[in-house]
Amino acid sequence: MEITTSYASGRLTLHLSGELDHHGAKGAMERINGLLEKYMPRDAVLDLAGLTFMDSSGIALIMKTRQWMHETGGRAQVENPASQPLRVLDASGIDRFITVKGERRT
Amino acid sequence: MKSENYIKLEFPSRSVNEGFARAAAAAFAAQLDPTLEELGDIKTAVSEAVTNCAVHAYPDSLGRVMLRLRIMKGGRLEIVVKDWGRGIEDVKRAREPLFTTGGAERSGMGFTIMESFTDKLRVRSSPGRGTTVTMVRTIKQRQGEG
Ligand SMILES: Nc1ncnc2c1ncn2[C@@H]1O[C@H](COP(=O)(O)OP(=O)(O)OP(=O)(O)O)[C@@H](O)[C@H]1O
Ligand SMILES: [Mg+2]
Repeated sequence: MEITTSYASGRLTLHLSGELDHHGAKGAMERINGLLEKYMPRDAVLDLAGLTFMDSSGIALIMKTRQWMHETGGRAQVENPASQPLRVLDASGIDRFITVKGERRT
Repeated sequence: MKSENYIKLEFPSRSVNEGFARAAAAAFAAQLDPTLEELGDIKTAVSEAVTNCAVHAYPDSLGRVMLRLRIMKGGRLEIVVKDWGRGIEDVKRAREPLFTTGGAERSGMGFTIMESFTDKLRVRSSPGRGTTVTMVRTIKQRQGEG
């Protein structure tokens, strides 16, 4: 699990790559918290394009990021999930709580 | 049910073994010639069940986890994940979406995901003695080339 960032005018994009499971989730959440505190973005985008696997640990991470953004008056969204992460997002019904963009249903 | 092939693995409930368990399951299931989507579903279901052992069955120690996969007639893949940990008081309640005893780190969606990614999910548990999760997923037999 790796996280890189890009930032422009209030919008912080977190590019997640590799596999996101319980094993890596704690470290990933700490890393994301640190980045959110540092940048204080208005919009946080979780870009899942490089994520090859995700389970329910990813759902918790997305919901926590969303909560953090709401508490600081910002917004969060998810982008570009590949097919396996997208199936997990769909099964969890998380799109009721957060925008999921650029879905690749292949 | 007569099985045509099987594997049985045992490992401690270290979180690093979650990735190993789902990779092993995918490697075994490959002989059924699954689609990428079917393979992803199997990996996800195994990951959820094995993670539950690490997180809930043995919350503050390491314990034994057993993973068994069986291939049965008609491309039926049976996945069994067993622990000898804390057990579940109320299985019906535990299976409800969003139910969790795991706090903010968890979403309470594990069983829901296992259920939607497999054809059958059975959970047997007795408090203080352990939990056995059995899932069955039929891999569609594809005709034509290959
Ligand atoms: N192997 C197990 N041993 C003991 N309790 C378990 C086990 N598996 C599940 N549970 C109980 O069932 C509840 C629901 O499990 P489920 O996997 O659906 O959600 P979760 O693990 O809490 O969250 P998530 O899977 O979304 O990270 C758990 O919170 C836990 O109380
Ligand atoms: Mg779980």
